[in-house]
Amino acid sequence: MAHLTSKEFDLSVTTLRDVNQYLHRQMAADGVTAVTILNPDGAHSLACGMNASAQIEIQGHVGYYVAGMNKHANVTVNGNAGPGAAENMMSGLVRVRGFASTSAAASARGGCMVIEGDAALRCGISLKGADIVVGGDVGSFSGFMAQAGRMVICGDAGDALGDSLYEAVIYVRGKVKSLGADAQYEEMTDADRASVAELLGIAGFKHHPAEFRRIASARKLYHWNADANQEY
Amino acid sequence: MCGIVGLLLKNPQLRPRLGELMVPMMIGMTERGPDSAGLAVFTQPVGGSSYKLSLYAGENDVDWDAFLATLTAAIPGLHGLRRAANHSVLTTSAAPEVVEAWIETHATDLTVLSIGKSIDLYKDIGAPAEVARRYDFAALQGTHLVGHTRMATESAVTPAHAHPFTAGHDFCLVHNGSLSNPNLVRRKLEPLGIEFETDNDTEAACRYFEWRLREGDDLQTAVRRGFEELDGFYTFLMGTDSELALVRDAFACKPAIVAETDDYVAVASEFRSLAHLPGVRNAKLFEPRPQEVYSWRI
Repeated sequence: MAHLTSKEFDLSVTTLRDVNQYLHRQMAADGVTAVTILNPDGAHSLACGMNASAQIEIQGHVGYYVAGMNKHANVTVNGNAGPGAAENMMSGLVRVRGFASTSAAASARGGCMVIEGDAALRCGISLKGADIVVGGDVGSFSGFMAQAGRMVICGDAGDALGDSLYEAVIYVRGKVKSLGADAQYEEMTDADRASVAELLGIAGFKHHPAEFRRIASARKLYHWNADANQEY
Repeated sequence: MCGIVGLLLKNPQLRPRLGELMVPMMIGMTERGPDSAGLAVFTQPVGGSSYKLSLYAGENDVDWDAFLATLTAAIPGLHGLRRAANHSVLTTSAAPEVVEAWIETHATDLTVLSIGKSIDLYKDIGAPAEVARRYDFAALQGTHLVGHTRMATESAVTPAHAHPFTAGHDFCLVHNGSLSNPNLVRRKLEPLGIEFETDNDTEAACRYFEWRLREGDDLQTAVRRGFEELDGFYTFLMGTDSELALVRDAFACKPAIVAETDDYVAVASEFRSLAHLPGVRNAKLFEPRPQEVYSWRI
């Protein structure tokens, strides 16, 4: 008998809890490395807390926290994602082929999130080391207080991009409505262009690294300045 | 947290199925709002000088036939009642303000929930599925509706605090979020003769917008003024006899998603309330951007 390495679930038949428990407790033991999930219909927390290498294909739109805390897995949403997609991701790759709602990849520590469409507000908020590539636009307050990691934005950005940035770096190709406090444009170096090329390669986007601008922290907020007269 | 649903049927052939299409939307928002539910449905307007008043009896054991007989004896005109559990829709050829004032003094066990030529309003405490069953929401027909499931955060769980809120004629509003300055708004409106019925923050927004519309603003202008006057978090969905309007505050913390096809426009807090709609897989899906006013006419 051939060893099955792929499995399919239909969320209109199987409960969300059963699917997630299979992914957490049974998938690796079964030697399954590819799982397809049908009819997600906006379910929350789908493929959340993955801790094994596998290809998870979700066929449709999902709700909050898809692939949250992801470790090792490669999760693709063939649809749109609700708030908090790949929140606190540790490693692996999460790809959303449609748009992603607010707070995509919030606090993510490692791995890469690719959003092929637009990302809403607060994309990459408090980013802690992961990479994010957005094919479309990002909403306001994206990269807010991002501590480490890289963000590549192929479209435009809303207000207050990179507000109160720490050591994360943002690369943006389109227009920026406004930069946040302490975020500044900086010269692109060869290392920056290599970073952008690497991330565009992972995402499969065809832009040229030379089209991007670098935004990073001016580091003026690192120490409280009592004489700043409330300027921030 | 709360859930918002809205549905406007562009295709007249679907209008007899308005309630049936909406009920799964409302039930889909149960986790966001398990304590109360309500909706305003906009029907074909009543003709001539007639108006409709949606009435709520709550726990009171109202003799609706006796109510109608007393009303008919007191106020000349044609009056009719359509009952649904402890709600009724009164149709009257008399001036609606006269009827409303009469009810306030002579039928004190009733509350007037809405007045207009198109609007019918139902709201109550209970899980959305239970409220939908109680008032047979699935049988509702009309052009468009605005619905809400409530998880109370800032005022009591009572039928009066459930959404939608109404003001004036054929106007209602539902809200996901919380306002931080409803009392300031209220103190501004009350000296203008605008009366409040509850301490709910959403009522302040509803009365504010209705006041601006009555002062001559169009919906876009009224909402833009609201950006300055209303402080807090919100996704608002408003209904008039001919229009649905949707707006989110600048921070867009409260979710919303829209599905549009040739047949309908459907609005919900989350996609899971839209997943059952016919043709949704090919619908144009988008999240409304912050501080942009989206409106659709029947």
